[in-house]
Formats: sequence, C-alpha cells, structure tokens
Amino acid sequence: MGPEEDGTNPMDEDGDGDAEEQGRDMEAWEKAYAEDRSWEALTEDASGLLLAVDVTQQQRQHRRRFAASKGPRIQRGIIRYVFVVCDFSRAAAEADFKPSRMGAVANCVEAFVREFFDQNPLSHLGLITIRNGVARRLTDLSGSPEAHIRALRANLECSGDASIQNAIDLARGYLSSIPSYGHREVVILYSALSTCDPGDIMDSIAECKKANIRCSVVGLSAEIYICKTLCDKTGGVYSVAISESHLKELVLEHAPPPPAVAESAVASLVRMGFPQRGAEGTVALCACHREVKLGGGYTCPRCKARVCELPTECHICGLTLVSSPHLARSYHHLFPVPGFEEVSVQLQSMGKFDVLRLCYGCQQELPTAAVYPLRVMSLWRCDRFCRKQGNSGSETGVSTLQAALLF
Amino acid sequence: MDALNATDDISQVVILLEANPYFWGGRSNGAHSTGPANFTFDRFLEHVLLFINSLHLLNQANRIVVIATGATSCAYLYDSNAAELSENARTARVSKKLSVVEKITQKLEDFMSKEAVYDLNQGTEDNRYSLLSGSLSMALCYIQRILRGPSPHPLPRILCLQGTPDAPPQYIAVMNAIFSAQRSLVPIDACIVGNHHSAFLQQATHITGGIYMKPPAPEGLFEYLSMVFATDLYSRKFLQLPRASGVDFRASCFCHKKSIDMGFVCSVCLSIFCKGQRTCTTCNAIFAPSKQPNPAAAAAQKRKVS
Repeated sequence: MGPEEDGTNPMDEDGDGDAEEQGRDMEAWEKAYAEDRSWEALTEDASGLLLAVDVTQQQRQHRRRFAASKGPRIQRGIIRYVFVVCDFSRAAAEADFKPSRMGAVANCVEAFVREFFDQNPLSHLGLITIRNGVARRLTDLSGSPEAHIRALRANLECSGDASIQNAIDLARGYLSSIPSYGHREVVILYSALSTCDPGDIMDSIAECKKANIRCSVVGLSAEIYICKTLCDKTGGVYSVAISESHLKELVLEHAPPPPAVAESAVASLVRMGFPQRGAEGTVALCACHREVKLGGGYTCPRCKARVCELPTECHICGLTLVSSPHLARSYHHLFPVPGFEEVSVQLQSMGKFDVLRLCYGCQQELPTAAVYPLRVMSLWRCDRFCRKQGNSGSETGVSTLQAALLF
Repeated sequence: MDALNATDDISQVVILLEANPYFWGGRSNGAHSTGPANFTFDRFLEHVLLFINSLHLLNQANRIVVIATGATSCAYLYDSNAAELSENARTARVSKKLSVVEKITQKLEDFMSKEAVYDLNQGTEDNRYSLLSGSLSMALCYIQRILRGPSPHPLPRILCLQGTPDAPPQYIAVMNAIFSAQRSLVPIDACIVGNHHSAFLQQATHITGGIYMKPPAPEGLFEYLSMVFATDLYSRKFLQLPRASGVDFRASCFCHKKSIDMGFVCSVCLSIFCKGQRTCTTCNAIFAPSKQPNPAAAAAQKRKVS
C-alpha cells in the first residue's frame, strides 16, 4: 500500500493497527473525551437526590478559594461606579453557549445587576454596548436595577466588529464626572477574538490607568493578549469562561467589592440622609413619578420631598438617601467572618476533641469524613452558608464554649 | 381559594426562646421591670409550651424547632423532626415516649447548667443582653438544611420571643442574619416580652415581611401567640394582622450615639458622623477638604457628554 492521502501511517499492511491508527488520528483533546465515562461517577445520597460529581473535589476548591480570601482585613471599594460593557458584535451570535453567546451574556448580566445592587446598595451601574465597531451607552449610571434590565432586553441584536478602545474611552468619559470618593470600574464581557480600534489601544490603557479605572474582562471565546494586558495594567481580573454556568460564576465574582488600592479613591465624608418612613394613609405627591401616592414612602430630611424607595438620590435637592440596613449590608465585606478550622478524622479518633455527633449549626449528623469545627463541630455546609451570608452570629455564641469543651 | 400546592399551609417554625437567667431573675425581683411582677419564667414557659402543642394540633405536618437564647450561648431545645429523621439507634435508651413538655424541660435544665458553668468561667460579662445573633444564625443554618432536603418542604419562618433590649455589639451580626433571611425568603416574626421596643427586630420584621408585636398585657401571652403568630404564611393573606406603626430606620452617629436624620458617612468604612471632621475615628482615613459636587453642574456635564 502506498502512502495514504491523509498522511496516516503508511506502514500498515492490514487492519491490525486500525485501533492504534485511530488513536494516533485523534487529537489530545479528543482522547480526553474518548476515555471519559463521567456517567459512572454519579451517585445518590440518602434521600435519592443526585449528588454532584466528586463532591469532595468541589468542596476542596471552595475551601481553597475561601482560604485565599481570608487573611488580614483588606480595604475594599464600597462606593463603586461600574460600567458593564457587553460585546454585541457578530461573534456574539455564535451558538457555542446556549442559546447564543449574546443570550448567555444577557442572562448573566441580568443576574449580575440584581446581585450587584443587593451587595452594593450605595453603588451605581451603567451599561455600554459594542456593535459595528462603535460603543454606545445603553443606560446611564444609576441605582435602579429594573431600568438596566429593561434596556438590555430591548436591545438584543448583534452585528459588526468589536472595539475595546472605543468602549473604554466612552466609559472613561462618563466616569470622569463622578465624585472623587467613588471607585471606578469597568467590566467587559467579551465574545470576539479581535478588536478593531481607531487608534493605539495602549494609549487608552495608559489613560485608564492614570484615571484609576479598574478594568476586568470576562472572555467567552479564548484568552486574548490585549485583554490580559488591559487587566494587568489596570489591576483588574481576566478570566475566560468554558460553559454557561462557569460564565455566570465568573461574572458574579465581580459583584462583591474588590480590594481597593489606596490611591484609587480619595477618602471623603459623603453627606447622606436617613429618611423616615411615612405612616400608612398619608397622601403626597412623589418626586420620582410625579403622581399622587397614598401611604408609605420616605421623606427627604433636607427638602421634604417624597421618594418611593431607597436607596436613591433625592430628585429635588440631590441628597443621597439611604437607610441603615443599606449601610449594614456592606459591613460584612468590611468585617468578614473568621474561618473555621478543619479537623481530620484521625485527630477525632485519637480522642483529642470531645466528639460531638451533631453539627452545632443545623443538628445534622456529622459524616465520618473530614469536618470543620471552630471549637465545636459543624458541617462544612453550615460554615459555607455562614460565610457566604456573612453570618457571624454563631461565632459569638461559639467562642465562649471553648472553656467547656475538653481539648 | 384553594392552596396552590398541597404543602402551602405546612410550616416549619423555629422559635427562639428568651432564656437569659439575668433577665428573668431581675424581672421577678421587680428590679428593672415596670410590667407585672408575676410574669415569671415558668408562666412564660407554660404559654410557650401550650403554643407549641397548638401548632402541632393545627396541622399534623407542622414542624417545630425550639432554640434557647442565653446570655453566653444558645442551644437546641426541641426538634420535632428529630424523631422522624434519626436512625433510632441512640433513642433506644429513651424507650418510653417523652411528651413535648418533658423533652423541652429536660433540655432546658441541661442548658441552664451549662450556662452556669460558662458564667463562672467567664466572670461577669455584660449579661443584660441575650445572644440574639447566635440563635438567629443557628435558626438559619437549620432552615438551610431543611431547604436542601427533599421537596416539597414546609414553608419556614422564625418566631423570636425577645425580652432583653438590643445589644449594640451584635448589630452587624444581627443585620447579616436579617439579610440572609431576606435572601432565603424566611419571615422573621417578633414578640417582645420585655419592656423595651427592639429596633433590631422592628427592622428585621420590616425587611423580611414578618409581624412585630409588643403585647400590652404579657400575662395573656398565649392569646397573642395563637391569634397572631400561629397562622401559616399562606393563610396570612386572608387575615388582618397588626401592622407596625412606624419603623425607625434612622442611623445613629458613631460619636454621640444619638439618632440623626442627616449626617456624614466615611467613604472607606461607612462610619456615620453627625458633623464634619478631619479624620475618621474608625479607619483613620484623612478626609480631603471636599466640596460636594453641585448637582446642577454635574447634570450639565452629563448632558454635555451624552
């Protein structure tokens, strides 16, 4: 047999080496899928629900991430002004993310907007889209999530090229007019593999660095050098998603306040008002909708105008109006819950710890696998829940128990 | 109108019981109290136990958990799920079935003796306050466990029976617990058996959509509990329940602790001050002599850019 046209091994005379030939035909990434039998790893727990594949591996990853975020208390940028840039170029019409990259991005941005205002009630968000090589502002920097989501859903079409330089120049223009105590950020959700810029993008990046704007990128296609440079120079985070759930996870990582560089914002005293809630039955003209409203509502302490919901800026006098729970919402970023320590099974059986059968937090049976006590035994899941929601209450109850437990 | 799901009127109630011995002891002495001096802890416990039994009567699928809030620690007193869910290997020694009342009183005695031990070791802490943040956290952990279990699960809610006044050091922890209850859609109800209104619980009930009540006659506690707090979440739509007259959302300034309606907030650590000053006392940030951006000028600039 002469050499094959497709360049396979010409030495094979018969069909013996077929399997081997196929093995050599496959790329390395194909081989990974050929041997992958992930359905065999599915297990069920006691109540018949499917467990995630390799729970311990996931738990270990989570623990690593928490351990990384532990450590000395770092200053965080609490009052943030963020622009989210969505890439609606023709690369966003690809269907490798379901339903399309654009659809996946829209879902993630919607979830991000809600989560952002939940975690950062004092911050503002704006949306920018890139289409046909031009960047346009979709919504202004404001504090209400519904307006952003509505504008995004009304504008879902993609065409043309993507341009990073136009996007960051536009964002920089808007972010130049915000007060100096705010932290400026740009989060780009980039689907394209290239950028089509009118000038030298490195100049734009230098300008961003000078203006203290922290740019982060979440890529959907592949890692791009210019995005990496942008993020490295401005102190942001660059990540590339490999599936829809991974994309959502990466985007939501930008919701909690990032660590702040000391020079990026000037510390100043911001004047804020704490309005009282009106009694039921009061009739007033509300300043936001310009119509008569019955009951409820809040009164600005400076100009006595009525606003419907908090947090907001008074429409008449411009005073920032918040309620104390909104400030308290950010305290858990500033005072994080201290970590729990892990205790391996061997130490338990050595009798070093007074063995408790039930988790302190939720009274569930402790498994014999490694558990996580802070001087009392608690399930790892309870610990994760406590840290995620910032519940430090159990710690105050727990710290006094150390006197009683036998160590 | 029928319930949308079969489990709409099944509740998982977590009751946080005030068990601070300093509060109940001081009360019966009449030392700090202005209320009736004969509303002692055993009377209070009677009302609560009656209430628990009546919850079981309302719907046999109702599940109840009781957590005691002490001065230095908290503990689970009763869990109606435990008998159903446990493997029964350990309950062999409890061969006779204990009633709810007996279970709770037994656990309460254990809890009180542990509290006495901690107290001796701790010295005199500030025992005027109970550990509300601790018991709220435990309640939320328990509810998370229920929500992770097989669906359909009962609708969870938390009932807080609070006597002691609010503890300022627990503010952040309590607010975090309130926000996580809000995220998990768990209403927090509050029934105040002490003398002072509780600003924390007023905010908690307002944010999570629960009921706040301070009975004017606490010796009739069972009536208030069964009229107001016994109904499940689905049926509350059909009832006229007491509405809080006003929720005080004003913050208090860090320097004088008086409540203010307009103040200055440090942009780094969010501490609240009633008048401007050069540095922040909490985070030592030095403030630039700032002038507030004129809203008219900022609006004009925005118009120019767009």
